[in-house]
Amino acid sequence: MCGIVGLFLKNSKLELELGALLAVMLGLLSDRGPDSAGFAVYGDAQPKRIKLTLRIAGGLRDAEALFTDMESALAFPVEFVIRDSHVVLSIPVSVEAAVRVWLAKNRPEIHIVGAGRRMELFKEVGWPKEVADRFGLSDMSGTHAIGHTRMATESSVTTDGAHPFSTGSDQCLVHNGSLSNHNDVRRKLRHEGLTFETDNDSEVAAGYLTWRMREGASLRKALEASLDDLDGFYTFVVGTETGFAVLRDPIACKPAVMAETDDFVAFGSEYRALAGLPGIQRARVFEPEPATVYAWERH
Amino acid sequence: MPSVDLAEVSVRDLNAMLHSLPPDTNETIWTIENPEGKHALAVGLDAAITVEIAGHVGYYCGGMNKRAHLIVRGNAGVGIAENMMSGTVRVEGDVSQAAGATGRGGLLIIEGNASARCGISMKGIDIVVRGSIGPMSAFMAQAGNLVVLGEAGENLGDSIYEARLFVRGSVKSLGADCIEKPLGKQDRAILEGVLTRAGLSDAARPGEFRLFGSARRLYHFHVDNVGEY
Repeated sequence: MCGIVGLFLKNSKLELELGALLAVMLGLLSDRGPDSAGFAVYGDAQPKRIKLTLRIAGGLRDAEALFTDMESALAFPVEFVIRDSHVVLSIPVSVEAAVRVWLAKNRPEIHIVGAGRRMELFKEVGWPKEVADRFGLSDMSGTHAIGHTRMATESSVTTDGAHPFSTGSDQCLVHNGSLSNHNDVRRKLRHEGLTFETDNDSEVAAGYLTWRMREGASLRKALEASLDDLDGFYTFVVGTETGFAVLRDPIACKPAVMAETDDFVAFGSEYRALAGLPGIQRARVFEPEPATVYAWERH
Repeated sequence: MPSVDLAEVSVRDLNAMLHSLPPDTNETIWTIENPEGKHALAVGLDAAITVEIAGHVGYYCGGMNKRAHLIVRGNAGVGIAENMMSGTVRVEGDVSQAAGATGRGGLLIIEGNASARCGISMKGIDIVVRGSIGPMSAFMAQAGNLVVLGEAGENLGDSIYEARLFVRGSVKSLGADCIEKPLGKQDRAILEGVLTRAGLSDAARPGEFRLFGSARRLYHFHVDNVGEY
C-alpha cells in the first residue's frame, strides 16, 4: 500500500510550521505503511556549506569524538546536529569528497542517506508517527518536505528500503507502487556511472531522475521522460533544492489527492492527510491526472 | 434531527448508531460534521433515512447502501457508494476512482467530476455524473445506466456485458467490445427517467446524448481465437 505526503510552501508564511504540519500528515497515514517511515525537509542553506545526513545503525554514542577526529584529520570546522539515529553534518562544500573518503575508510558502518545544500533526510523502521517523533520532525522548518510511510512489497523491511531515496544532491523521491523493469534500468544507469545502495525499485526511479537532470533535463522533463522508460505502478513525489513534483502512472493505479492554496501545494495518498492543513476549506482539491507531470518551483 | 460530530465520535460508533435504527424510526434526518476524509462513513445503511455529511469523505462512503438517502457536501474518495443496493447517494463535489463500483441498484449522483473506473462492474445501479468521467469507466459493466453530462475518458465500457452508457460530451475512446448504438425511443425514455430522478431534467435533454453499449462479441468463445491460448 504505502502512504505519501508532501508539502510545498509558496511563500514564507508557514515555513516555521513546515515540520509540524508534515508530522501530522505523516502520522495520519501510519496505517497505510506501518513498516517504516521517512521524510526529507528542505531547510536553510549556509553559504558554501553542504549538509550530509548520516545514519548510524543503533545511534551514535561517540559523536563528539568522531567529529573531533574528523576535524583534526581534515582540518576544517564541523557542525553537527544529532537526531536519534541520524546526524546532520554541516561541512564546507570544498571538503565533501574528503569527508566521504574519510568516513568510508574510518567509519564504514555509517551511511550517508542524503546530501545537499538544504535537504536533510531521515528514515527508520517503525510506526510512522513514532519515527517522526524520534527525529523531532515537528521542530523542523523549511520551504518544502516530503514523507513516506512504507508497506514493503518489492524488498525487505529494512531502513535501507525505507523512503525517501536520494541519489543526487538535494534530490529525493518517494514512491507508492512497484516497478517491473527496475533491474534493467538499474543496469543501464550503472553504465552511466550511477551507484545504487539497495535492490529497491524506488531507488532506481530516483537514480533515473538524477541521471536525466545531470544530463540537463529539468525536473519536469526528467519525469516526462520516465513515462517512457519506467514500467510499473507508481505515484512519485519528488523534491529538489527549489522544486516539488508529482507524477502518476498512465492508469493512475495508486491513489493521490492534492490541495492548492495561495500559500501551499499539498499532496496526500488520501484526503484525510490534508484535512488539518490551514485554509484547507478554501483550497482547490483535485486528483492529479494519470501520466501528467505536476511541478512547482520556488524562486 | 440527530447530529454527529466526528471530531468527537468514532466512525465505528457512528455506523453502529445508524445500523441500530429500527425500520420505523422517527430520527429520519441525520447530519454528520467534521468528516475530514475519514473512510467508510455511513456504510451498510438499511433504513429510509437521510444522512447529510458536511465536508469531504474518504474511501467507500455509503457502501452497500440500502434505502437511505446520503448527501455528501464535499468531495469523496475511492469507491463512493460501492455495491449500493437501493436509495440515493448525492455528492456535491468530485469523486475519486471506482465510483458506484459493482452497484446493484439505487441512484448515485455526482455533481462534479468522477475519476477513473467510474461504474466499474456496475450491476444495475444508475449513475449520473454532471461533470466528466475518467478513463476505463464502466469496465465490465453488466446492467444499469451511466449518464454523463460532460465527457468520457479513454476506454469507455471496456469488456462491457450490458448496461447503457449515455454520454453528452466527447468520448476519448471506446474499450474492447463497446460500440455506439442508436438512441431508440425506449432508451430515450429510460434516460429521461434517470435525469428526472437525479433532478437534472432541466440541465440536459435526452436528445443531446449518445448511447454506447455492448457489441456482444466477447460473450462466447470464438474458435478462430483458439491459437491465442
